[in-house]
Amino acid sequence: MEGGLVIEGFVALYIFMLAAFTGYEVISKVPVILHTPLMSGSNFVHGIVVVGAMVALGHAEGWVEQTLGFIAVFLGAGNAVGGYAVTERMLEMFKSSKGDR
Amino acid sequence: MGVLIQSIYFIAAVLFIVGLKQMSSPVTARRGIVWAGVGMLLATLVTFLAPGMNNYVLMLVAMAVSSAVAWVWARKVAMTDMPQMIAIYNGMGGGSAATIAAVELVRVVAGGESLPLTVQAVAVLGALIGTVAFSGSVIAFAKLQGLIRRTVRFGGQQLFNIAVLVAALASGVALIYGYGGPGLLAAFFALAFLFGIFMTLPIGGADMPVVISLYNALTGLAVGFEGFVLGNPAMMIAGIVVGASGSLLTQLMAKAMNRPISNVLFSHFGTGVEGAQMETTGEMKPIDAQDAAIMMAYADKVIIVPGYGMAVAQAQHKVWELAKLLIDRGVDVKFAIHPVAGRMPGHMNVLLAEAGVPYDLIFDMDEINAEFPNTDVALVIGANDVVNPAAREDPNSPIYGMPILEVDKAKNVIVIKRGRGAGFSGVENRLFFADNTRMLFGDGQKMAAELVNHIKELGG
Repeated sequence: MEGGLVIEGFVALYIFMLAAFTGYEVISKVPVILHTPLMSGSNFVHGIVVVGAMVALGHAEGWVEQTLGFIAVFLGAGNAVGGYAVTERMLEMFKSSKGDR
Repeated sequence: MGVLIQSIYFIAAVLFIVGLKQMSSPVTARRGIVWAGVGMLLATLVTFLAPGMNNYVLMLVAMAVSSAVAWVWARKVAMTDMPQMIAIYNGMGGGSAATIAAVELVRVVAGGESLPLTVQAVAVLGALIGTVAFSGSVIAFAKLQGLIRRTVRFGGQQLFNIAVLVAALASGVALIYGYGGPGLLAAFFALAFLFGIFMTLPIGGADMPVVISLYNALTGLAVGFEGFVLGNPAMMIAGIVVGASGSLLTQLMAKAMNRPISNVLFSHFGTGVEGAQMETTGEMKPIDAQDAAIMMAYADKVIIVPGYGMAVAQAQHKVWELAKLLIDRGVDVKFAIHPVAGRMPGHMNVLLAEAGVPYDLIFDMDEINAEFPNTDVALVIGANDVVNPAAREDPNSPIYGMPILEVDKAKNVIVIKRGRGAGFSGVENRLFFADNTRMLFGDGQKMAAELVNHIKELGG
């Protein structure tokens, strides 16, 4: 894909492996009270798909590709923006009895 | 330009990981989402500068319309409806990943471009996973939103689902090896779409959180795979991090509900239980609000156990007012939350937080179960199955083995309940018939308000 990095098979495999361990470690000690906000937060993070959708639409030619690209950007942007708004709204409310955040 | 874009993607990936890390502690959680948000904004902006791009008008229109709708909807929806919002936004992400793959595959099928076999395979796999996450999430949303009320089950459903999946996989493999044209491509997406629908339809509302979490992890994987196809490391890292953390989160949730994931997906609640359940003995003993108020006001220690029924009755603000009055009188007040109270783990915490309850008064099941024996009054509001001692005592009960809040061990139990019916699982609750239990019948919000008034009348 033009504009992207060339990532060969095994390099990709290493990236996937390290990212998987990172994801596992980051979450492993989370208290139950944060399960819902965290699920919402990770839902926001995969909203990065909008970037890929932009690239796909940016290189689309002909109405079929353009329509699909448009849908991809539309859905991806909804994921990112909606995911952020929902998560932020939830986390906004967490405060301790000492009044600090 | 390439260096700038790649640097920003790198920074975004770092910000996502740091953000998620911060979101796993209540103290830093707020900061976490903001960091991740900055990463997303930077990555999106810099992508406009990518070389050789066209269709900017279409891009901006799609982004503007979608963002505006998603933002407004997310802002105005009630906190009780959060789970289905997560489902729908997650579904959009899965759909987006699948459509990205579709753009690539359409080009390949039309003969304009050929991809290496690995890339082609990963694109197809991502498309399959993304499409299933999309249609599955839409069904999950519709169920939680009450748009689909029936749980659709028919004979041979499992076989049918497997057949659809096998057909989807077969057409996928054919695509990978370059057989077939646009027709096969369309059939592949249609089959994946159908599989997501039929897999989700038979799953009951109580299990939906686990399913949403699973689709969240799947979307992450799909995004990671399409990131590989596009040569975009930020997508790869963010997607796989979410895929891994989402899988773990799904496991944690399933464990909290004592429901192995395979059970959630492939069997249905309440089926497969044989043998007579233990008889409930005794009768429900009602109490009026004034007596209940006196009991609590002169107690040393009160534990409040809220369930989803409290949230439905919008009673959380009144309950917090009640708790504050008791605290002012010197009563030791704590909130006990079952992992699956509310619609998903942690949902009840969000609802209490919305009412202003500080999170350090809220305790997990494991932290607080040992405290019930020296608690004077346990106040149960709108919770049922999660406090049912049958889970501990009756091997024939459908909920047997589920960890519960051991409310029945408190010296006195007051249960606020609207009617005399059974809980979500349809199981009779023997707690309500116990000698140390008093039933306060009525709407959660109204009863909480009455308790508040009676305690105020008692004076200091």
